Amino acid sequence: MVQSLDRSQGRAGAPAVNGDAAPATFTGNRGLQLEEKLIFEMGQHGRCGVDLPEPVAAKDRLGALRREGEIGLPGLAEPQVVQHYTRLSQKNFAIDSGLYPLGSCTMKHNPRLNEKIARLSGLGDIHPLQPVSTVQGALAVIDTLAHWLKTLTGMPAVAMSPAAGAHGEMCGMMAIAAALEARGEGHRKTVLVPESAHGTNPATAAALGFVVKGIPADSRGRVDVAALKAALGPDVAAIMLTNPNTCGLFENDIREVADAVHAAGGYFYCDGANYNAIVGKVRPGDLGVDCMHINLHKTFSTPHGGGGPGAGPVVLSERLARFAPRPWIVRGENGWDLLEKGIVDDAAPLGRMKAFHGQMGMFTRALAYILSHGADGLRQVAEDAVLNANYVLARLKNDLSPAFDGPCMHECLFDDSFLKDTGITTLDFAKAMIDEGYHPMTMYFPLVVHGALLIEPTETQGKEEIDKFCDTLIDLARRAKSGTATADFKAAPMLAPRRRLDETLAARKPVLRWRPTNREPGDGPLRQAAE
Amino acid sequence: MRYLPLTDADRREMLATIGVRSIDELFRDVPEAARREGPIPDLSMHLGELEVERIFSAYAGANLSPAYTPSFLGAGAYRHHVPAAVDHLIQRGEFLTSYTPYQPEITQGTLQYLFEFQTQVALLTGMDVANASMYDGSTGASEAVLMANRITRRSKAVLSGGLHPHYRAVIETTARWQGFFAIAGAPDVAGTEDLIASIDKDTSCVVVQNPSLFGHVRDLTPLAEACHARGALLIVVVTEIVSLGLVTPPGAMGADIVVCEGQSLGVGLGFGGPYVGLFATRDKFVRQMPGRLVGETVDADGKRGFVLTLSTREQHIRREKATSNICTNAGLCALAFTIHLTLLGEAGFRRLAELNHANASAFAERLAALPGVELVNDTFFNEFTLRLPKPAAPIIELLASQRIMPGVPVSRLIPDDPSVDNLLLVAVTETATEHGMGPAFEALKGVL
Repeated sequence: MVQSLDRSQGRAGAPAVNGDAAPATFTGNRGLQLEEKLIFEMGQHGRCGVDLPEPVAAKDRLGALRREGEIGLPGLAEPQVVQHYTRLSQKNFAIDSGLYPLGSCTMKHNPRLNEKIARLSGLGDIHPLQPVSTVQGALAVIDTLAHWLKTLTGMPAVAMSPAAGAHGEMCGMMAIAAALEARGEGHRKTVLVPESAHGTNPATAAALGFVVKGIPADSRGRVDVAALKAALGPDVAAIMLTNPNTCGLFENDIREVADAVHAAGGYFYCDGANYNAIVGKVRPGDLGVDCMHINLHKTFSTPHGGGGPGAGPVVLSERLARFAPRPWIVRGENGWDLLEKGIVDDAAPLGRMKAFHGQMGMFTRALAYILSHGADGLRQVAEDAVLNANYVLARLKNDLSPAFDGPCMHECLFDDSFLKDTGITTLDFAKAMIDEGYHPMTMYFPLVVHGALLIEPTETQGKEEIDKFCDTLIDLARRAKSGTATADFKAAPMLAPRRRLDETLAARKPVLRWRPTNREPGDGPLRQAAE
Repeated sequence: MRYLPLTDADRREMLATIGVRSIDELFRDVPEAARREGPIPDLSMHLGELEVERIFSAYAGANLSPAYTPSFLGAGAYRHHVPAAVDHLIQRGEFLTSYTPYQPEITQGTLQYLFEFQTQVALLTGMDVANASMYDGSTGASEAVLMANRITRRSKAVLSGGLHPHYRAVIETTARWQGFFAIAGAPDVAGTEDLIASIDKDTSCVVVQNPSLFGHVRDLTPLAEACHARGALLIVVVTEIVSLGLVTPPGAMGADIVVCEGQSLGVGLGFGGPYVGLFATRDKFVRQMPGRLVGETVDADGKRGFVLTLSTREQHIRREKATSNICTNAGLCALAFTIHLTLLGEAGFRRLAELNHANASAFAERLAALPGVELVNDTFFNEFTLRLPKPAAPIIELLASQRIMPGVPVSRLIPDDPSVDNLLLVAVTETATEHGMGPAFEALKGVL
């Protein structure tokens, strides 16, 4: 054995067995881990990755506004560009690399069929402002997806245009504001938000001028219904509740909550981030929901893409449907049409959420996902997602510390009490997972649990992968408790493309772009040069 | 079911480990009345790839693709050639199937390309700093107004009549529900509006598009000076990013915030989305910016690396005090944009812009010679406005039935203003050839 990475040798208080112990290389590369410069450090004049013809001779129509001087873009040939981005890609963990248990993000497999379909010329190359007679198929795709979203959720209407979950929240809360205004109750300015909510919920409500009032969780990880009822009054516009909630639990008093909110004259906004747990099994419309956004990039598997694009259609109850934003798609005598006015007589669109008609590329993929799974497969999605999460909970419950009693829904939540007195934090534990080849779970969220670790395995992981993942976490937990490996946890990750990054330094004196005064990477970090 | 690895044997074993007899026991917290039994009504059972492809081929076949027909459509979305390497690279699973880089040690790929993207956007716009993308240009414009309101502590935005009507509508929607004023000018068909007179002590910003909806290219320097003299900010919107290869950038004209639609590079038309919003500003305003930002730092070994930074602006930290509720942005479209621009480089990007301008200039001259047709513009980049002798919309419908799409009738975007009924927006990019321009010219000639 030339280079031992054997665990017993590596972890016994000797953090030397890691990348540092490998011999230094001339290039700085380590096997397949390739150091890569910025494009601005590689480019040269006279190089170009495309071949374009000479422009025809024509009159200059720019007035006096011809751009002067260099823009400063680097020149690279196609092979260099392909190598650059390929090397960058190899520094990323992804769903395609392995189990990506990021809680509340639903990192499920992204079917490649959907990529192929979205790129069909008749869907991918069409212009949003073509005459509607030339895009009947595209409008049919949108309306068909809308139909299934309404059917699955048991809601009568859906606004398709929001671009992401948070954008859908904005749309839904605008609809609620519009409904209150129409009722002459614009004075209702309080929005109740459980403390376990995603940050987007209070951010959305506050942006719309609502006053956010926090509702605590009870000892079971659910919203404290008594506290909620006590907070209800003539000033309450709405409650924003995630269900299943961010503790991975179904709010089993949800009907009671909905009835109480409605009786007090408020609306029920449901954050649908965790819809994957119940798709095909439970219709939010049966739970008293007035509106709910659906993250197509979660439940319906459109790719997360390194942070978007997403899509966040919002299903709306009868009471809110007439406030849906423009444009509306209708079926008339001559086929599908796009209307700037509403469909129904009393339509009062709240406005427009974005240019054009929504995230078409995501609609195509989501509809392909729904049709691929079908009536049987979609229910199986929810069941397997919940089964996998409960299996992880069962396997880990003796070594990690579950935050609440089970069963859970599609994700399981642990607190950091299993690390008590070890000196190891949730962050250290998560970083040690990286060396074992896993993306960490969601950390320190939800806020209602100390040092939270939120695990969502999704339904697209097999039992073998989940067993290996659980075995790994159990081993890490036992090592953490042994007290002999604390330094390793503190130093982790040691085998990733980068070790822990200095986030304080990044924020204290931000360097947000490359500038020509930058030094070569071999000269040492720019940051040190700057200070 | 091809996407679900669990077998029935797995499921039984797992239920036993959990200590329940059936999957239904795991759903016991769901009120019984809300549980749906059996398959979803009216939805077919699961389908194989072949069946799903057949369904979508039919949908696609019911549309007329501009890839196969003369098409000069613009108005905020432009058809450009995207090099083959772009789509190949963005489909690498390490990019396609990763998420927001919360764990920087294993997402340096995403973080580095976003850092490069931010730099490219700053260079193109002539600004100091750019963020890691917005949903699209229109929502970015709305966020820019909110940012200007925060910086100036004022609440009135002045919107140019040359601003894309959808952008205007998005800003007005935000204004209505978030509580500020948006004052919009009449359609600026001639490109001569004077916004300076509209700026007063309550004005937080002026929002102007360059080139405008109607295609005019204007020097915004006097407007920027007037804004600054009265304590307001100038927000410049660019819906055709390729224009910045040839046109003086907003940063050189005094813009405080620049918002662009980046669709033209790498992204494709896609019936309107997803696209990618570019957002740039001055260094001094960076802490009021919305959206994700990537910054440079070092790791524990002193090696250069990148992280998400200044997140104390953001909703996951600040909750109700955040600068914006944005979370997911347009990462993969930003990747497509940055790869396309890297392939082009300085020489290619400038050449691309020259090609667009030359093609548009030549075609404009030709169309303006048609009887009764007037070219409205003195200046333009790759899109111009024609005043036809009769309403444009019926002509466009008629020509669509001949599989020719010469432009976007302004009435499609401004439906209730008869003064724009005869106006047609025509966009000409590097994709235009005589095979498209010839038939489009003849077809227009035939119906006028």
